[in-house]
Amino acid sequence: MSDATILREQWDDPVASGARLLSEGVDTSHKGILYLDGISVSFDGFKALNNLSLVIDAGELRCVIGPNGAGKTTMMDVITGKTQPDTGTAFFGQTIDLTRLSEPEIAGAGIGRKFQKPTVFEQHSVYENLELALKADKRVWPTLRSRLDGVARDRITATLETIKLVPQAGRLAGLLSHGQKQWLEIGMLLMQEPQLLLLDEPVAGMTDDETLRSAELFVSLAGSYTLIVVEHDMDFVERIAHKVTVLHEGSVLAEGSMDDIQRNEQVIEVFLGR
Amino acid sequence: MMGASFMPLAPVAGPRLLRLLSPGGWSFYVAAAAVLFVAFPILHLVVPADSALHLSDYWVTLIGKIMCYAIVALAMDLIWGYTGILSLGHGLFFALGGYAMGMYLMRSIGHEGVYQSDLPDFMVFLDWKKYPWYWSFTDHFWYAALLVVLIPGLLALVFGFFAFRSRIRGVYFSIITQALTYASMLLFFRNDTGFGGNNGFTDFKRILGFPIAAPQTRMALFAITGAALLGFLLFARWIVTSKLGRVLTAIRDAETRVMFSGYNPVYFKLFIWTVSAVICGIAGALYVPQVGIINPSEMSPANSIEIAIWTAVGGRGTLYGPVLGAAAVNLGKSWFTKAFPEYWLFALGLLFILVTLFLPRGLAGLLARRKTP
Repeated sequence: MSDATILREQWDDPVASGARLLSEGVDTSHKGILYLDGISVSFDGFKALNNLSLVIDAGELRCVIGPNGAGKTTMMDVITGKTQPDTGTAFFGQTIDLTRLSEPEIAGAGIGRKFQKPTVFEQHSVYENLELALKADKRVWPTLRSRLDGVARDRITATLETIKLVPQAGRLAGLLSHGQKQWLEIGMLLMQEPQLLLLDEPVAGMTDDETLRSAELFVSLAGSYTLIVVEHDMDFVERIAHKVTVLHEGSVLAEGSMDDIQRNEQVIEVFLGR
Repeated sequence: MMGASFMPLAPVAGPRLLRLLSPGGWSFYVAAAAVLFVAFPILHLVVPADSALHLSDYWVTLIGKIMCYAIVALAMDLIWGYTGILSLGHGLFFALGGYAMGMYLMRSIGHEGVYQSDLPDFMVFLDWKKYPWYWSFTDHFWYAALLVVLIPGLLALVFGFFAFRSRIRGVYFSIITQALTYASMLLFFRNDTGFGGNNGFTDFKRILGFPIAAPQTRMALFAITGAALLGFLLFARWIVTSKLGRVLTAIRDAETRVMFSGYNPVYFKLFIWTVSAVICGIAGALYVPQVGIINPSEMSPANSIEIAIWTAVGGRGTLYGPVLGAAAVNLGKSWFTKAFPEYWLFALGLLFILVTLFLPRGLAGLLARRKTP
């Protein structure tokens, strides 16, 4: 049995591990946590997204693949409030209309985003990076008065262990290796206690060993979090994916298990058929 | 590596105030306070004027003035060094604070002006019969002091809100601040504006009833300025070592990550921008009674650029660096403008280029390098 199957079986088991998914503001009572419906975005006449509709279930680990320019990053921009769709609706759970919120509000509502290029605070230590990301009252005055309590310290320590950066806690983030920065950024997302994690090419530039460990991490996170992973590395997708969505020219071309996708004629034509 | 090394996150014994500076930092701090509050008054007031140790009026005024500039550089460091927003209009906030204090000083002249009128000479000259409405209550010191804080603060708040909300960044923001101070200068140049036109305010006689040119008054103003400088240094240190301070630096380095971490950068920028403007205003208010004049040239674009140069020369993101930078550049300036008056701007430009090329971390970087070879 290969690593991939083991990981997939781990994932398949108890899908929604309950409490976290139903906590706080996101209403996932109808199973879905993210609903994109009829989203179109165009830049200077170029249709980056074309009537895109997509539903993600709570606790799912969804991989999104597609050739360059298929609209993967634009889709993430719409979900996180960076880009306003021309038409269509984006709902987080049953009640939160994402198109009406700003980026910090969406982050506060429980959506964390990892960028393609690792984006961490390079002049801060790894520890401080996690401290800044920590879920807290993030308005000006409370931030000025904020002190780290024991619970927060424990959470930071736990996250340091998860992302395997305990020895680097005091180092400046700018001095980390590329792969370590990717992990730190993921750690920062975890500190925000999001419901939904958007990961844009999370293993780009990682060594094989780091990629393997990332796969383990993401699979272990699924269930307690919902993850959307955009990735080019097909081996990696095969390793972690349960359900795959293929984007092409701004809309969904196919959706299904990795096996279905690999057999899909259209998909082979536009993407896999190299 | 700015700032990172002295931001202990682990719990350290002692109240936060005492931990704002390192033990070495506190030694310097106490030594500076002793020089400002003990040595200078003695050398100026007690030591007889014919003694070689006597500190002349010239030096008291010059150092008092430089301390005002140092406060401005400190304010500039908060917004530029820590938050990465280069303001080329900080001279405006300084001048507005100065004008607010100047209004009070003008009204304290009383009937001792050239025309011996209730009104300042420039208003008599314009044939005005009464004070315009915005001069109301400025004969009260505390009201004027309130204006010193409110006028720069409110202007910064309103301007900053629209600029930051519209996501104006980088060089665009710098240019707009430059335009703002330039437009204000043109406005204040006009006699109709009611602030003395291009002559501004001068010939002050007294402050709070004390004769303004008396050595004791001079020394008191000097000491208050020194206290303000030392106080603002601790205040700024308190801000930058707080979690908010780390958010500011994070905005400088990766603003989108800050947004996606759930902080709204608009309000953080607005906070530090307004704090910085208010500090500048207070510096301007301390400057005017010591120097004895305020006019629209304080709002000229070149003045604001100079503030940025002091900060860069001293070393951005260190707080003490810009204080040193303001002192070094202005001591150099007062010598240079006497020796080769027409070449000062060239020298300043050259200095800026050299510092940018060879000392990107400024004087503070040089000191840090000597400490850790």
